[in-house]
Amino acid sequence: MLYAILCYDSEDVVGSWTKEEDDAVMAKLAVVQQKLADKGRLGPVARLLPTTAATTIRKGREPLVIDGPFAETKEQLLGFYVVDCSTLDEALDTARDLARASSSAGAFEIRPLSIFRPGSLTT
Amino acid sequence: MTDIAWIDAALTSARPQALGALLRYFRDLDMAEEAFQEACLRALRHWPQNGPPREPAAWLILVGRNVTLDQVRRRSKQETLPDEAVISDLDDAETELAERLDGAHYRDDILRLLFICCHPDLPATQQIALALRIVSGLSVKQIARAFLVSETAMEQRITRAKSRVAQADVPFETPGAVERAERLAAVAAMVYLIFNEGYSASGAAEVARAPLCDEAIRLARLLLRLFQAEPEIMGLTALLLLQHARAAARFDADGNIVLLDDQDRGLWDHKMIAEGLALIDKAMRHRHRGPYQVQAAIAALHARAARPEDTDWAQIDLLYAALEALQPSPVVTLNRAVAVSKTRGADAALAMIEPLAARLSGYFHFFGLKGALLLQLGRASEARAAFDRAIALANTAAEAAHIRRHLDRLIKDSAAGDDARASS
Repeated sequence: MLYAILCYDSEDVVGSWTKEEDDAVMAKLAVVQQKLADKGRLGPVARLLPTTAATTIRKGREPLVIDGPFAETKEQLLGFYVVDCSTLDEALDTARDLARASSSAGAFEIRPLSIFRPGSLTT
Repeated sequence: MTDIAWIDAALTSARPQALGALLRYFRDLDMAEEAFQEACLRALRHWPQNGPPREPAAWLILVGRNVTLDQVRRRSKQETLPDEAVISDLDDAETELAERLDGAHYRDDILRLLFICCHPDLPATQQIALALRIVSGLSVKQIARAFLVSETAMEQRITRAKSRVAQADVPFETPGAVERAERLAAVAAMVYLIFNEGYSASGAAEVARAPLCDEAIRLARLLLRLFQAEPEIMGLTALLLLQHARAAARFDADGNIVLLDDQDRGLWDHKMIAEGLALIDKAMRHRHRGPYQVQAAIAALHARAARPEDTDWAQIDLLYAALEALQPSPVVTLNRAVAVSKTRGADAALAMIEPLAARLSGYFHFFGLKGALLLQLGRASEARAAFDRAIALANTAAEAAHIRRHLDRLIKDSAAGDDARASS
């Protein structure tokens, strides 16, 4: 089963990390990612730009384009992973590993995927 | 990240909102700052034990307010302070307060906090120092280092600025739409000033002042989150990101200026560029042009060019023309002349800047560009005179050194010319 691990955190807090702090967190996360990649379990990984760079299209008869993210929430979706796990427990373990590597106050939402196309991007 | 580092980041990011609300309660900057300080000290004691609160800003506001009110009461009645646990026990109150914080107030609180720093009586450097101290929470020592002055001098500067601000009558009522727009424009201009203080530094000062650029970007992002649909705030944030993205390429290892054409574009920060481009694209959709957007659009054209020769100079020329219309200034025209020199040649550019001579007679970049254009036209002795003038007007050692390299080359070339004539 493929799971998406969606990373939620306070953009204010993450945004106030210094470059050194940010780099340190990314380095720790890279270790966890490498372990998954070595087992062939790591799909695409993305870190999103701040929500201020987002534009939302609200669906409707005449779709409405609005600035900013869809909802004004305390924690924002900052990025996501797609990982291959045989059980939810395994997906939770993976998320715990990631949480230990970046112990800020946010949350990970673990959502099974229904459709996955790896795409043709080579970055 | 350790707990302490997380708490530190949370306190920094909650600061503008918490301090802004405390200022609204107490209507006194010193009192609000003390209250915030007290609340932070308590956060450092409580959060590691009890875990961080769901709403750090709400927690800090409530604790800061309670502590201060208790102190005021104690001073007036000489009573003992209630038990610490009572002051910081916010389990019930926090939820209620957090809901109120979601309301309309906090946006105006933060805007007011920034706005009092850009009081028109304060010279630009004091505005910047005050904003960095009050809103960003940098220490006096950090700010002093950025301005290359002693800590004592900076302390005095900030104290003077604060007393000036305290005498000013800043209304605490919720501002109307027009007033809000005016405040936002003044604050945006100040953020731009902070950035320029950092951006125009070079050499040793560059290292000390680089944090000013980061702070300015942080403040611009803060404004953008408060005013998500304001195209000029998108433009301002985009402009700062696109300029700062080139920071690593702007000076060589010896601190010499590297011009845009000669920069190693691989050193540009492509994540910052991506964010800047996303923001300027969003802003343009609003079809409501402003100076920050136009400047960001120019920076975006440079950022999009993989090589210098890919730069769309014709479009840059048009954008500078638009900027001249929005914000007429000889400096804008001078910048436009650079684009003109690329599209229509040095002759046309020189003709464009010559009328500016009187107004820019003390401006380093005028003589730098004039010298370069004359050089392209083969008018060596006039170029030399312009470069000499530029060196005399240079603001930094790096600027002077940059022009001196031109001059050295000129002298070498003319010596080579003499040699050639002598040998023929």
